[in-house]
Amino acid sequence: MELLIGQMFAGLSLGSVLLLAALGLSLTFGQMGVINMAHGEFMMAGAYTAFVVQQTISDAGVSLLVSIPAGFLVGGVLGLVLEAVLLRRMYHRPLDTLLVTFGVALILQQAARDIFGAPSVDVRAPGWLQGNIELLGAPIPLTRLFILGLSLLCLAGLVLLLKATPLGRRIRAVVLNRDLAETSGVSTRRSDQLTFFIGSGLAGIAGVAVTLIGSTSPYLGTNYIVDAFLVVVAGGIGQIKGAVIAAFALGVLQSVFEYSTTASIGKVLILIVIVMFLQLRPQGIFSLKTRSLA
Amino acid sequence: MWVSVTKRAFIPLAAAAMATVLAGCGSQIADPASAGSTASSGTTCVNTSGSSIKVGFINSLSGTMAISESTVFDSLTLAAEEINASGGVLGKQLSVISEDGASEPTKFAERAGKLIQQDCTAAVFGGWTSSSRKAMLPVFEANDALLFYPVQYEGLESSKNIFYTGATTNQQIIPALDYLAEQGTKSLFLVGSDYVFPRTANKIIQAYAAAKGIEIRGEEYAPLGSTEFSTIVNKVRDSKADAVFNTLNGDSNVAFFRQYKSVGLTADTMPVVSVSIAEEEVPGVGLDNVHGQLTAWDYYQTLDTPANKKFVAAFKAKFGAERVTSDPMEAAYTSLYLWKAMVEKAGSFEVDKVQAAAGGVTFEAPEGLVTVNGENNHITKTPRIGKINADGLIDTVWSSPAAVKPDPFLATYDWAKDLAK
Repeated sequence: MELLIGQMFAGLSLGSVLLLAALGLSLTFGQMGVINMAHGEFMMAGAYTAFVVQQTISDAGVSLLVSIPAGFLVGGVLGLVLEAVLLRRMYHRPLDTLLVTFGVALILQQAARDIFGAPSVDVRAPGWLQGNIELLGAPIPLTRLFILGLSLLCLAGLVLLLKATPLGRRIRAVVLNRDLAETSGVSTRRSDQLTFFIGSGLAGIAGVAVTLIGSTSPYLGTNYIVDAFLVVVAGGIGQIKGAVIAAFALGVLQSVFEYSTTASIGKVLILIVIVMFLQLRPQGIFSLKTRSLA
Repeated sequence: MWVSVTKRAFIPLAAAAMATVLAGCGSQIADPASAGSTASSGTTCVNTSGSSIKVGFINSLSGTMAISESTVFDSLTLAAEEINASGGVLGKQLSVISEDGASEPTKFAERAGKLIQQDCTAAVFGGWTSSSRKAMLPVFEANDALLFYPVQYEGLESSKNIFYTGATTNQQIIPALDYLAEQGTKSLFLVGSDYVFPRTANKIIQAYAAAKGIEIRGEEYAPLGSTEFSTIVNKVRDSKADAVFNTLNGDSNVAFFRQYKSVGLTADTMPVVSVSIAEEEVPGVGLDNVHGQLTAWDYYQTLDTPANKKFVAAFKAKFGAERVTSDPMEAAYTSLYLWKAMVEKAGSFEVDKVQAAAGGVTFEAPEGLVTVNGENNHITKTPRIGKINADGLIDTVWSSPAAVKPDPFLATYDWAKDLAK
């Protein structure tokens, strides 16, 4: 029982990390069709933001709370720049965006190595996040609980933004039919910029969160980018709710596989499951019905 | 031994690099600089006529291994300067040629070829990952040149062209198991990164455990670079093993120890013995996370020997007071002095004479007196178990009663009979 709860939580916790990494991507990839390989590096930028903030504010608790909005800003601004300088020239050419953003990812990795050095750095977790609480005998690490909460908060914020604000309405209108939205007076340029800002900012927040789990290195992004794409593709492109279900399903499945076999076999099994699933349902869990003519 | 990932089939590439090297060798033999060469193979072009002698350092100064290998480069540099300040080798000053292996085994093979053929160095020092060593081995054997390799590794290798100054398994892993058994450990959990060193090490541990009645409660491998340890740590916790044997590599240690601590496991409840965390790695893993945990090495910065005090003081004076010294750095420092002693015993820089003189050569190293074993080109070392202290340094809590002879193929251990096959 104790173990079952521990493992259930491990799955949910892994799912919440996947969700955080994939949430921004489901916005930029899903809604805008941009394959952003630099998404992982935006996470890395968020992680280094947490490091820099902690160097300035030595109190680990305050610095974590400051890092979250700061990471959002850093990720968001990087995304804005990428969109304004490169991506706006290549909408509707997804393969080109893949190559260009992959190049940008390499540039950002090298930049991080030059600025912060190749060795990984350590971002301390605040005292109130150390240790665990017991749930029916199973220890639930507080850091993992925090990340779970943070990812749900980001999710709620994003859903609220898309469904209940004029800005969200405009974003959804552009996704559904770009030309019609434009003729109706929606500035698609501004909407694209904002979508990319928010999506990249969410990557920044994800970066801050994962500093609580592991080390912060220039390669941090490469650990997450593949999983993030898997979540978005399995969930159904352009579907936030699909991404949520896919993230938690993959998290729980992986921890079940890992527990019943080994860590390496578990990873293999999860990839087999995804491949089989996409064979049966290439459009993912949910598919987007657009009114686009293309 | 660390990141010895075979990301690609480097063997064909290494062979290609070798072919290039050998092609270049033709012109080198005709080079007037090689006139002084008298080595049996006839391919060497080492110039021993001047007042200086060339030696090569090959370390990754860029790429993922740079963090570790640059420290080895620093201590090699220190040893070279010290040797030069005290009169050089056979009266000749060392002239160092440094090459960057760039964390790529193929690059190591190619650059090693350059150091031997083009630069005509008398000996080469460096390498870290097992894949870099295995890529360089055919280059050194084909050219009959000398490599000094300073890192503990998985054993099961011996070449007349390579001197191994780091620990082999019977000088690190087996003593660590002896220590655990002595402490009354009845059960172990094995955690490692998924590549050659941890898998080989764990095979040895399994065989040892089977012979000594220690129960292995689990054996788990995380993909290289993995940061997701929830499930593995849950399994470890659930196993209620007496101790954990950790062969994880690099950054995975951070995620593992953080998760380990956050589910309430500590050095008191379930100690972790690590074989790849040295003084250099502690800050990266986070002192909070590993304070009180155990390590298995042959050298620690805190060792109280006159040679070590001199080494640490000289190192800090040259590279800064905040720098630390670690086992591979000490082994590299020692390797240059051992080569000096071999050359002086041989009275020559020629490879075959140095090889012939190598057996029995000793050096009062920072870790204690080391002796070269002429049969397998490894050296005797004193295994030590350490405990990470509050300053991030490592205190010795146990040391082998005597220096241990190198046995890379574990031929002297009955329980290991099937392993070497």
